[in-house]
Amino acid sequence: MDKQQTQEFIAKRVAAELQDGDLVNLGIGLPTLVANFVPCDKLVDFQSENGFIGLGPAPVPGEEDPNIVNAGCQPVSILSGGVFFDSATSFGIIRGGHVDITVLGALQVDEQGNIANYMIPGKMVPGMGGAMDLLGGAKRVIVAMEHTARGLPKLLKQCDLPLTAVNAVDLIVTEMCVMKCAEDGFELIEYNPEYTLEEIKQATQAEFKISSLLKAMTIP
Amino acid sequence: MSKRITLEEALDMIKPGSVVMVGGFLGVGTPQRLINGLVKRGVKGLTLICNDTAMPDKGVGKMVVAGQFDKIITSHIGTNKEAGRQMMEGITEVVLVPQGTLIEQIRAGGYGLGGILTKTGLGTEVEKGKQIIEVDGENYLLEKPLKADFALIYADVADEKGNLSYRGATRNFNPVMASAADTTIAESKRTVPLGGIDPNDVVVPAVFVDYILEEEHDG
Repeated sequence: MDKQQTQEFIAKRVAAELQDGDLVNLGIGLPTLVANFVPCDKLVDFQSENGFIGLGPAPVPGEEDPNIVNAGCQPVSILSGGVFFDSATSFGIIRGGHVDITVLGALQVDEQGNIANYMIPGKMVPGMGGAMDLLGGAKRVIVAMEHTARGLPKLLKQCDLPLTAVNAVDLIVTEMCVMKCAEDGFELIEYNPEYTLEEIKQATQAEFKISSLLKAMTIP
Repeated sequence: MSKRITLEEALDMIKPGSVVMVGGFLGVGTPQRLINGLVKRGVKGLTLICNDTAMPDKGVGKMVVAGQFDKIITSHIGTNKEAGRQMMEGITEVVLVPQGTLIEQIRAGGYGLGGILTKTGLGTEVEKGKQIIEVDGENYLLEKPLKADFALIYADVADEKGNLSYRGATRNFNPVMASAADTTIAESKRTVPLGGIDPNDVVVPAVFVDYILEEEHDG
């Protein structure tokens, strides 16, 4: 799989987690792709933390409205039944536990469900934006990311980058597998048959349990 | 009494060392005309409170590039390399705050609250130096109110009194910032006579707005 295929594969598998009626917030980058693969039998609302619910696809070129953009400043649309609001309401929705699922990328995730995704000291310090609120407030946190970064593992015993949130991650979807963050560490629940268990272990620094219900990842 | 002022009158008020809140999310729903005017005047030593530092050529990002801030309180600087450079080199003090906390600190400032309690940031660098308060067995961070000398905010429509309405995703920090400054200047795309905005559609009540400035031309 090339980079784009890898990202689409991950996004498709994440999309299968969305339930009818869910309010979902997608992070920028790979997570944004998830919106393209929502199963057609499910009605899902997307929230954009800059101030609306009912985020729809990008308009055709020439029809963009500069005041209707997603949190990454890309032109989008608002669907029927959508609503605009200010940032206090937007983060009230997020912090108050009204978002069902947030999908975010990560630099590192560890056995305790800790996540680091907002800075590399001395190198990249963009700021946390809304990530800390989303990680603490969403009912379910799904990390969508490539399994390794330049060959180095991202699923660790303990994050060594500054944490964005503690004990926050519920599920991790990569091109290699689906890993659950349980009370007592990672649990492998699905694997991509293109990889062997040995390859997954090598690409994962943390120990992980193997679910008794382990199955192959299936992408619709 | 009309609240209309000219751009020059607005800019005259903002002196070096002022603390300014500026509405906008990555330059969307931001008072462009005030920002361009401040860049032209070159007033320095300001403290900025803003959701983000936008882009180098957009919104408040232009003021960052012009080196007008000694201190920036914000949730995100990743779209403006110049903000990152100034922070790394110690030229500008940058305080990074979770977005949901930042808006609530501003709301606390404007709504007469002594602070807010939030779980956001617990167990991270955000909690450093802050008081942790236990309520019914749960820990929260105490985040203190934020106020400013000036709130420079955007609106789609302002009436003569300063009631404001919005379109699209332009509200962001604007309505809350309007409440949290000694002087609030609203830059609107257009101004209408009293009654021009249906009272049901007013987002910011005029009580929070001291002055209005039209986006395109002087009133």
